[in-house]
Amino acid sequence: MIKMTVHFRLNGEEVVADADPRTHAIDFLREAFELSSPRAGCEHGVCGACTIRVDNRVVRGCLLLGVQLDGTTVETIEGLTASGEIADLQKAFHERNAMQCGFCTAGMLMTSQDWLSSAQGCSRSGIREHLSGNYCRCTGYEAIVDAVEKVAISRGMKIVEEDV
Amino acid sequence: MNAPTSRAEKSALEKKRWIGASVPRPNGRRLVEGAAIYVDDILLPRMLHVYFVRSPFAHARIKAIDTTVAVKAQGVVGIYTGADLKDKVQPMVATMAHFKGMKAAAQYCLAIDRACWQGEPVVAVVAQTRHAAEDAAQLISIDYEELPVVTEMETALDADAPVIHPELGDNLCFTREIDTGNFEETQLKADLVVERTFRFPRHTGVCLEGRSVVGDFSAADGRLTVYISHQAPHMIQDCYARLLGLQEAAVRVICKDIGGSFGIKTHVYGDELATCAISMILRRPVKFVADRAESFLSDIHSRDHRVVMKMALNKDGTIKGFKFDDRLAIGPYSVYPRTSVVEGNQIVNITGQWYRHDAYHATMSAVFTNMGIYSNYRAVGHPVAVAVTEGIVDVGARAVGMDPVEFRRKNLLNDDAFPCTTPSGMKFEVMSHQKCLDKIVFMMDLPRLRREQAALRGQGIYRGIGIINMIEITNPSAMFYGVGGARISAQDGCTVRMEPSGSIVVMNGTGEQGQGTDTIFAQVAADAVGVHMSSVRVVGVDTDTTPYGGGTWASRGAGVGGEATWQAGRALRSNILELASVVLETPVDRIDLREGQVLDVLTGEVRTSLAELGRIAYFRPDTLGNFQAELSVTRHFVPKAYPFTFTNGAIACHLEVDVETGFIKLLRFWVVEDCGTVLNAQLVDEQIRGALVQGIGPTLYEQCLYDERGQLLNGNMADYIVPMAFEMPDIEIAHVCTPTLSSELGAKGAGEAGTAGAPAAILNALNDALSPFGSEMFDMPFTPEKVLRSLRRI
Repeated sequence: MIKMTVHFRLNGEEVVADADPRTHAIDFLREAFELSSPRAGCEHGVCGACTIRVDNRVVRGCLLLGVQLDGTTVETIEGLTASGEIADLQKAFHERNAMQCGFCTAGMLMTSQDWLSSAQGCSRSGIREHLSGNYCRCTGYEAIVDAVEKVAISRGMKIVEEDV
Repeated sequence: MNAPTSRAEKSALEKKRWIGASVPRPNGRRLVEGAAIYVDDILLPRMLHVYFVRSPFAHARIKAIDTTVAVKAQGVVGIYTGADLKDKVQPMVATMAHFKGMKAAAQYCLAIDRACWQGEPVVAVVAQTRHAAEDAAQLISIDYEELPVVTEMETALDADAPVIHPELGDNLCFTREIDTGNFEETQLKADLVVERTFRFPRHTGVCLEGRSVVGDFSAADGRLTVYISHQAPHMIQDCYARLLGLQEAAVRVICKDIGGSFGIKTHVYGDELATCAISMILRRPVKFVADRAESFLSDIHSRDHRVVMKMALNKDGTIKGFKFDDRLAIGPYSVYPRTSVVEGNQIVNITGQWYRHDAYHATMSAVFTNMGIYSNYRAVGHPVAVAVTEGIVDVGARAVGMDPVEFRRKNLLNDDAFPCTTPSGMKFEVMSHQKCLDKIVFMMDLPRLRREQAALRGQGIYRGIGIINMIEITNPSAMFYGVGGARISAQDGCTVRMEPSGSIVVMNGTGEQGQGTDTIFAQVAADAVGVHMSSVRVVGVDTDTTPYGGGTWASRGAGVGGEATWQAGRALRSNILELASVVLETPVDRIDLREGQVLDVLTGEVRTSLAELGRIAYFRPDTLGNFQAELSVTRHFVPKAYPFTFTNGAIACHLEVDVETGFIKLLRFWVVEDCGTVLNAQLVDEQIRGALVQGIGPTLYEQCLYDERGQLLNGNMADYIVPMAFEMPDIEIAHVCTPTLSSELGAKGAGEAGTAGAPAAILNALNDALSPFGSEMFDMPFTPEKVLRSLRRI
């Protein structure tokens, strides 16, 4: 199998590695860079466990090929942890027990941060809707919604009233 | 220790600081930083990867397997068929002695000559990478001859049904009957009998982390190390040793972080076992990680019941008796070692038992089918038992024109009725059904909801309210498995030791899969010893070092493992105080240990620290004369007074049915649970919420759909619908606290009640919502299509 050389920026470092053209981005990141936080849960774009950030947009890593990362900026939870960008969100998840087994957590944090940076106002249904592409079998979601809501308020997001 | 709590222990518990507190999980930090280590994250030198070729047919003779091309493919190290492993791996036959008359066929780790379900592993391809193994698998040619299949439980026992295992004579795995109090006579005397047929879909666990194992056989040490995503590490050690022909001591099982389990990971699976057998052959580490498609086909499935439920009652609303027949379809084998009939057995044991009644006639039969393998999944049997009980109770209340809450108040076991033995033979220590019911009615403001419901019906909005009571088997004794001959520990051991710095290490035979078990063990140990929780470290399960334990199942972690931790911690505390007494030359009753400091009991003056005691005990024991400090203590605990400790509770569901589209919108749930002493309030509540949402799944969405050839039609996450955040409601939780007296901590299990009760609550709420239309539904999952059919709209 002919491999392709892929240059990109990974969690703040310029990296290069050879990728098998058919390998999806998650297998590529795990195998070439021994990153563990990007995890494949379903490998057809449904569960969201593989959510990573490419050029500032959250994407399903399992629906992207490793070679498509060429020339991009890629961020995983390892990078967001090191930069401190989501320290408040991680603290809120931890304190509220918004993770049980932890397998969905990296993807859930990525998607939550995406909502926190783009939402116009904070409502529980808005959070729930945005997180609806991320599957969690353990928590029943409420603790995750609570944690994200708490961070939204602490970051100064306006609360949107909802019909009950 | 089943003695009543001593005065000293009672006062120790009263002084608790950590037990009950909502402390965040110390091991949660690594989960939010992406630093957890699941099996797939384990990288070992020279590690190989195995991929399993699985039967595409539900039932087929394997006439020939041609691997000649595949074996030469790039990266391939070895290819193994069932015949290749036959002499190296014992077949599994899962029956238990207390299941009288149960029969099961021998199951090989890889199919030999015949495959009995779609997804059964047939060939193992081992290669340098998973990609290479999957590529080579495409080059294997298998000649199958399709055989007739059994996919319908109702016809599986017919005389003309194909018999899956001819040596067993028929497709009946196990049948059981309890008949007490003469239901036939009771129903003749009763004013009326109500009857409904309930159906529960076949569904599965959908752990986000697939089943995974690394087998690492070291020929030099003669030992197999197994890194596995599993709930019962010591059970795996025992089973793998016996099935692979190794001494128990030659098998070491290590469980690191586990990405969800829910009962799916309490079993021995052929593919995982084959992975370890191949590691022994190749003398190299071999990794197997099930992908999503494999998980749907080869993880155990569960439920799949048809229950015909009858209740005899009088016009004044007095329940006289229950009669039901449960049939469950369990797939082609009984899954090793827990069997595939515990679900049906539980249903016979517990259905209806929280209501007063005289006559009880229960029958169950588990039948073999050519569908996915089947065994214990979270809340084993309970969702069925609770739904048929609470469903028929609402039907009965409607039939006699009584409010369902009043009907329950009249018939539930009273809170002062305990201890008692029920008609099915269950021994109940203590429960609080009436208190829980009162509390939930208050919490939800039922009168307001009823007024709102009536007003909205006038506007064409149909809301329903369902309220149920339930029980959950927790803290099992050896009556669960040990008596049947299964080598699954009912006891847990715990070692608690003090290190020279004064820090405390806890090693417990029961690990965690995300519930927070390690956290509650640290909380319990902190209070038991008398230290700050930050100085307690809990070590994960490694069968080489942790005391023998049962693992996680039947909601036993807190009640059994937690109690072992408490006992070991109290014993260590006593040893530390003895040491302090010698060091300080002060009588032991004059000193106390709090927050890691030894204090004068009268003045509160700090006399010394654990760090100073550790320095002396470990580095200057010569100064202690003849005194020998014992700073590592192990204690074991198993419940003895009762076979099981029952948690009880009440759950209420509020939902809205869109009668035009058939969609059900869940508005809110309320839960009141009595799990005895609450060890960590937040963790208990999150167990309840998570379990409840798992109970919502198969009630509204989840079902493994099979066609008449035994083909799974929706084995992927796009077509198999699971609860997602948007559809899920908020869940309000409150507690009633009635500690069990069978342990000093008084904790009962809390991990399964939500799953046990959610289907019943939804069923009753849905039928309440549909009542203006004269419609009723008892066939889960309640899909929009079924709702519209029930309303005769389609």
